[in-house]
Amino acid sequence: MKLLIDSLQLGFLYGVLALGIYISFRILAVPDLTTEGSFAFGLSVSAAVTSLGHPLLALPAAMLAGAAAGAVTGFLQTRWKIHPILSGIITMSGLYSVNLSVLGGSPNLTLVRANTVFKMVPFLSKNDAKTVLPVVFALAALAAVIWFFHTHIGMCIRAVGDNEDMVRASSIHTGFCKVIAFCVSNGLIALSGALVAQYQGYADISSSTGILVVGLASVIIGEALFGRRSVTLGFISSVAGSLIYRYIIALATRYSPLPAHMLRLVSAVIVALALALPALREHVETARLRKGGGQDA
Amino acid sequence: MLEIRNAVKVFEKGTPVEHTALNHLNLSLQDGEFVTVIGSNGAGKTTLFNAVCGTFLLNAGRIFLDGQDITYMPEHKRASMIGRVFQDPMKGTAPNMTIEENLSLAHSRSTARALSIAPGKKELGLFRDRLAEFNMGLENRMKTKVGLLSGGQRQAVTLLMCTIVPPKLLLLDEHTAALDPATAEKVMEITRSTVENYHLTTMMITHNITQALTTGTRTIMMDEGDILFDMSGTERERTSVDDLMRMYSVSRHKELDNDRMLLEK
Ligand SMILES: Nc1ncnc2c1ncn2[C@@H]1O[C@H](COP(=O)(O)OP(=O)(O)O)[C@@H](O)[C@H]1O
Ligand SMILES: [Mg+2]
Repeated sequence: MKLLIDSLQLGFLYGVLALGIYISFRILAVPDLTTEGSFAFGLSVSAAVTSLGHPLLALPAAMLAGAAAGAVTGFLQTRWKIHPILSGIITMSGLYSVNLSVLGGSPNLTLVRANTVFKMVPFLSKNDAKTVLPVVFALAALAAVIWFFHTHIGMCIRAVGDNEDMVRASSIHTGFCKVIAFCVSNGLIALSGALVAQYQGYADISSSTGILVVGLASVIIGEALFGRRSVTLGFISSVAGSLIYRYIIALATRYSPLPAHMLRLVSAVIVALALALPALREHVETARLRKGGGQDA
Repeated sequence: MLEIRNAVKVFEKGTPVEHTALNHLNLSLQDGEFVTVIGSNGAGKTTLFNAVCGTFLLNAGRIFLDGQDITYMPEHKRASMIGRVFQDPMKGTAPNMTIEENLSLAHSRSTARALSIAPGKKELGLFRDRLAEFNMGLENRMKTKVGLLSGGQRQAVTLLMCTIVPPKLLLLDEHTAALDPATAEKVMEITRSTVENYHLTTMMITHNITQALTTGTRTIMMDEGDILFDMSGTERERTSVDDLMRMYSVSRHKELDNDRMLLEK
């Protein structure tokens, strides 16, 4: 039961991350390596502002920080024409120093004595709040992105990811659309980091290592279950994928002999296999046809 | 409506493969004119369209659209005044978005507030009516992803996207060339009716000379980056495909070297 509830809480917290990843990975169709930096940025800003006694303010502050990181990547990509993957890596590297500064020069900060949003919910104990708040935040974020990607600007962003040449030849500004998309994506990723920091009661920069793969795993697991029919479904399935991912990880740590530090390797293998699925399927299909062809002849 | 003065475009300037694709070309289009453009491969037809759309800047010359000097206007700004359909049906639409979403992108670019839900109810009604005019049944498939449509259906959607907000100029670059004959005829039919109903100033590149002489109000033939013939009115009505071929070889001392054209006379 504890395992189930913990996975549920983490699943929704990291579900917000998955929404951000879905925007870059599926809608813009570029894996955005800013992710690790902006998650840690959200984590650090949230911890710093929380330790100053403003846990609520910490959340929008973290989102703004993440959006700014996204804007930098977007700028590098669209204005300075730097390769998309490299743009993300550059921002992520730079953010490492920024994050350390935000945390006052140390890679971690404890919030044990600080007030967090999880201690502030009226009528709810801290433990109940740790279940209710992630659900509320994830669903609110879900509703917001579904709405946003059905507005005019959201639609332009989707078109840029879908057929950039067409959009470039239309009166829509592709660069602007991309920058906005990176802002929204990394804002969400930072919000996820911000919530995780307050939920755990400490911020540790190294916890963002490999976070992109965690988000990708959620998106891909979601798609494996729900298919790829529309953006609305894509967002819903990303959050669902995050829940399932957390559950798998919890089971793996509980019942497998693997030590906890092997988790990221497990995630990496899950993502690699999921991405290889189309190729594997084709391979099986070819083999089947070969065999069938032999019989016909 | 459109005025091109002394346009020059040289590709790979200063290299051994330097090529003059537009050679001091002059062209003036009246409001509402429908000009068909023919010419051998490499004559510079597509280059002319690219120059008008701002895909690149001219080496020399000026371009005016509706009295405004657009010679140095960036491409995406010109795009709000110019509609363009390419030969490749994949080029003009976003495949993973639905018909109504694609149309909404094109329609609301001029009017929409960035954060309003699109498409709105009024828009949907408009899209349905305009699609119904095509008699292709597309009005009942507005929630279908465009990627699932056939080439002809996609070109029809593209054509509507380019004209749903009437552009000052419509440019069609062999937009039926990739379609099978029956579908091509259907798309030509909706092209003619759209241009006529909405009084669009139009230029259409085609490799079908018969079609060039029977569609629209004026025909120009391009060669080596310039306009070789420009005919309209009774002169054009009296000209046959054979006349045109003869005029070409007399003036250029060579045969018209477009295989597809010869096949389809
Ligand atoms: N971007 C480009 N760079 C270099 N050469 C080009 C470019 N675009 C067109 N050309 C050349 O300009 C000439 C005219 O091409 P184009 O306008 O596409 O001919 P068409 O009349 O068949 O549409 C061709 O010789 C072509 O190779
Ligand atoms: Mg051409």
